[in-house]
Amino acid sequence: MLAARVIPCLDIKDGRVVKGVRFQELRDAGDPVENAAAYEEQGADEIILLDVSATPEDRGNAVETVRAVRSVLSIPLTVGGGVRRESDAGRLLDAGADKVGVNTAAVSRPDLVAEIASRFGSQCTVLAVDAAFRATPPVIGTYRGHIRTPVSQLRGGWEVVVQSGANRTGLDVVEWCRKATALGAGEILLTSWDRDGTRDGYDVDLIAAVSGAVTVPVIASGGAARPEHLIAALRAGASAALVASILHDGDTTVADLKLALSRAGITVRR
Amino acid sequence: MRQVVVVPTGTANTASVIAAFRRLDVEPVLAANPKEVEGADRVVLPGVGAFAPAMNRIDQLEMRGALTTRIEEDRPTLAICLGMQLLFAASEESPDTAGLGIVPETVTRFSSDLRVPQLGWNMVEPDESTSLEPGWAYFANSYKVPRLPESWSGATTDYGGNFVSAMERGAVLACQFHPELSGAWGSNLLRRWLWKVA
Repeated sequence: MLAARVIPCLDIKDGRVVKGVRFQELRDAGDPVENAAAYEEQGADEIILLDVSATPEDRGNAVETVRAVRSVLSIPLTVGGGVRRESDAGRLLDAGADKVGVNTAAVSRPDLVAEIASRFGSQCTVLAVDAAFRATPPVIGTYRGHIRTPVSQLRGGWEVVVQSGANRTGLDVVEWCRKATALGAGEILLTSWDRDGTRDGYDVDLIAAVSGAVTVPVIASGGAARPEHLIAALRAGASAALVASILHDGDTTVADLKLALSRAGITVRR
Repeated sequence: MRQVVVVPTGTANTASVIAAFRRLDVEPVLAANPKEVEGADRVVLPGVGAFAPAMNRIDQLEMRGALTTRIEEDRPTLAICLGMQLLFAASEESPDTAGLGIVPETVTRFSSDLRVPQLGWNMVEPDESTSLEPGWAYFANSYKVPRLPESWSGATTDYGGNFVSAMERGAVLACQFHPELSGAWGSNLLRRWLWKVA
């Protein structure tokens, strides 16, 4: 039986791990190679590196970080951030990534998902989605060729935010996930922008809505603080749970989280 | 020092395979020509991606014959993930493409009732007759080998029913999982494969 995964996420800027709240107020959280190796030792099932560099120059350095992390890591490595074309994905894979995440650029140009999937395979193509709860109905219209969801279908729901949350697109998260998986995305990294870094727990309704709408695995992200949060996300349909702040701050370990999952009757690799 | 030659199937995670061998103090080289594939001590056939592009790449490099020869002659060869599927005659993934045909059967897709791709760690349960040990391995596949071919021993794993997660015949070992991404258990598997007396 396939085990539920616990995936530490390292946001990388200027060669260092950083962590913020709702993608802002970034603080230093250590060396990426040391962190990745320590998390593997604790029983992490995978590592995700998100390059949150501001400039293209820094992206070159991020490739070096991928190479350095790969050399010590014997579990899968997913890398995202700033992937705009197929060649960006190729460069990250050549440096030692096993999966590549696409986010903002795929919203602007959905064919990017198909290009990466047809070249490297769906199992290698991760759609990263940042989802914000929609308190007010969006304006009807189009955003870069996507049809926005009609107000009649809204009733809450979530919209895709891009550029680290700076831009609300009006795109419906569930529809975007359906579309991207039809284009070849083999996994969805689903981050609740509202919960990111807050320790308020995952947005379980968001996880249920997306994992019920697609047939690929969904990674729950944003808000984890306690084992109960992971348990709720996995029961809601997630195949994996992403954790960051609580590990970086040393509040818990992957081993302790997996022990709690196992005690709750969830199959984990131990 | 063992000589390990990696077939450049033109697909994604060759860097992870090379990094895994480096951690075992072996420096693998990418095969430059068919002769290197046929003659090397040990050959790794990695694969991530789709059946047709990988076979097309092997044909472009004219390595089809070299691969089938060394496998039929029972020389140490490790096929990983898609590499294992390439040993078969065909795959539902690319119905018009001929595989290496060492096993005259077809690779099939997982049931649509399951989350596909299978991404994550699953339990490998080997037959007693293999060199494999039971343990958790990392999988990333949408297609599978449904049953163990004649004259091979192997291991099974359960994802909506049992499929073949590894198969072994003499010096040839094929894994549906990724030993290079399967932690200490995977490293041990690679180490045993490297140092197994051919």
